[in-house]
Amino acid sequence: MTVHQLSIFIENRSGTLIKVLEALKQAGIQIIASTIADTAEYGIYRLICSEPMRACEELKKANVAVALSDVFAIEIDDQPGRAADAVKTFSEAGISIAYMYSFLLRGKGILVFRTDDNGKAASVITANNLKSISESDLSGLA
Amino acid sequence: MIWNPNKECMSRDEMSALQGKRLHKIVEYVYHNVPFYRNKLQELDIRPDDIQTIEDIKKLPFTTKKDLRDNYPFGLQAAPQSEIIRVHASSGTTGNPTIVGYTRKDIGVWSECMARCLTAYGVTRNDIFSVAYGYGLFTGGLGAHYGVEHLGASVIPAGTGNTEKHLKLIRDLGITGLACTPSYALYLAETMDKLGIRKEDIKLRVGAFGAEPWTENMRKEIEERLGLKGYNIYGLSEVMGPSVSYECQIQHGSHICEDHFYPEIINPTTLEPLPAGQTGELVFTTLTKEGMPVLRYRTRDLCSLMPGTCDCGRTSVRMGRIEGRSDDMLIIRGINVFPSQVESVVLSMPEFAPRYMLVVDRVNNLDTLQVQVEIRQEFFTGVFDTPAAVDQLEKKLAAKLKSVLSIAAKVQLKAPNTIERSQGKSAHVIDKRKL
Ligand SMILES: [Zn+2]
Repeated sequence: MTVHQLSIFIENRSGTLIKVLEALKQAGIQIIASTIADTAEYGIYRLICSEPMRACEELKKANVAVALSDVFAIEIDDQPGRAADAVKTFSEAGISIAYMYSFLLRGKGILVFRTDDNGKAASVITANNLKSISESDLSGLA
Repeated sequence: MIWNPNKECMSRDEMSALQGKRLHKIVEYVYHNVPFYRNKLQELDIRPDDIQTIEDIKKLPFTTKKDLRDNYPFGLQAAPQSEIIRVHASSGTTGNPTIVGYTRKDIGVWSECMARCLTAYGVTRNDIFSVAYGYGLFTGGLGAHYGVEHLGASVIPAGTGNTEKHLKLIRDLGITGLACTPSYALYLAETMDKLGIRKEDIKLRVGAFGAEPWTENMRKEIEERLGLKGYNIYGLSEVMGPSVSYECQIQHGSHICEDHFYPEIINPTTLEPLPAGQTGELVFTTLTKEGMPVLRYRTRDLCSLMPGTCDCGRTSVRMGRIEGRSDDMLIIRGINVFPSQVESVVLSMPEFAPRYMLVVDRVNNLDTLQVQVEIRQEFFTGVFDTPAAVDQLEKKLAAKLKSVLSIAAKVQLKAPNTIERSQGKSAHVIDKRKL
């Protein structure tokens, strides 16, 4: 029910982000969504892409500190308030969301987030008939 | 077993008395026989009779490597040439080598210390012992050789080179002991693999390794591959040669032959003696040497001393592992910091690559220390998807550094392979304060 997100350690100096993007370009990987959690000295670059496993291997070959993290991606209607509704469902079930980002894809909103309890989150998604996006959905979209 | 329990297990009071008596004698001896020392003592207004107990050693001047070089070749020799029966020379990276002459008595003392060392390793006259240190101007080969003979074991003067023949002898003669550098021991193991000789085919059981820095991991690897127990041996030609100190079966520090070589630990900046247990520069005074005695010779090696009776029964003071060289020392906020201390902490955490950089700066008149380390790719896992997880790892290292260095260091995590690989210790430091 989860999708693979690439979590990449990036130092705050010029040339580090482009190194990652160039490696992905060389490998023909398409980025679907991304965000950077930055601090004064470094950032954690999170991204959803086509073929995350292969992307991870290619980045490792390029000496990038990269890992795969399991995150949820759920589809919501592109209307005001839908994100609030979705997050409320999880918080009412006592699930904490560590971080979240979103993007629009073909008229639908996609919420990407990591929780502190993936098992519980999965049952909440099933119980509430939320539409979760799978890895194959994403490669199809890209 | 203990070769000379009389000396190695002497009570502290007796040892101090003996050291004091010998110190007085050696000061009197150099005062009358070495103009260099007579001038130095006269400058300080010290007469031999002012030195009566071992505590009086604090009054004496230091001797440095530079003093030895400046007095090349025989300026510090105390015995007449007719009494010198051997001369060794230590390699100098710059300028003149250091020439050390030994009298017959010196060679006797050295052999005695080597016999104490080998006995502490469990070597007996039934052993066949191969010496694979360089024979020649370097003290390792002949020093160990004479010690094995003095002990009464059979010595095989293998020397370095012709490793395949050496291995054949190790196997065919059933050689049980080996003295060489730790790196040569690893080279032997590699050659064994190449020749298809297994450790079950040979009878090596004891190794005396020294003359270069080595780690516990190297010890484990050598022991595993050669099937022996590896012991540390320490020495320097300016003081004598190998066997100035040696490990025992307990392997918690190396026992110093302190009835012949009196050790002190000093603060390399203030030159003040440091209390036992503190790390500083190791200084030796030869108490019985005739050829070229030295007073308070600064080794530049950093370590600490461990007094007290060892579980092996010896009372002689022990020295800890060499932690670095005093030439590499940094003074940050008044505290002495050695890159090697940072190195030992970084190496103890598998999350980081064995590369690091110390960046020292001065901000608002306050020294700052930043330690840069690289995360290992295989340790960067999915849990590191938030800065909080990275911060936690940085804090873990910072806490360990603080406990070792006694000052706070800011840790900066770097991506793999971004810190330059360096040759030599000083290359690990960027000191921006000098600008
Ligand atoms: Zn002991």
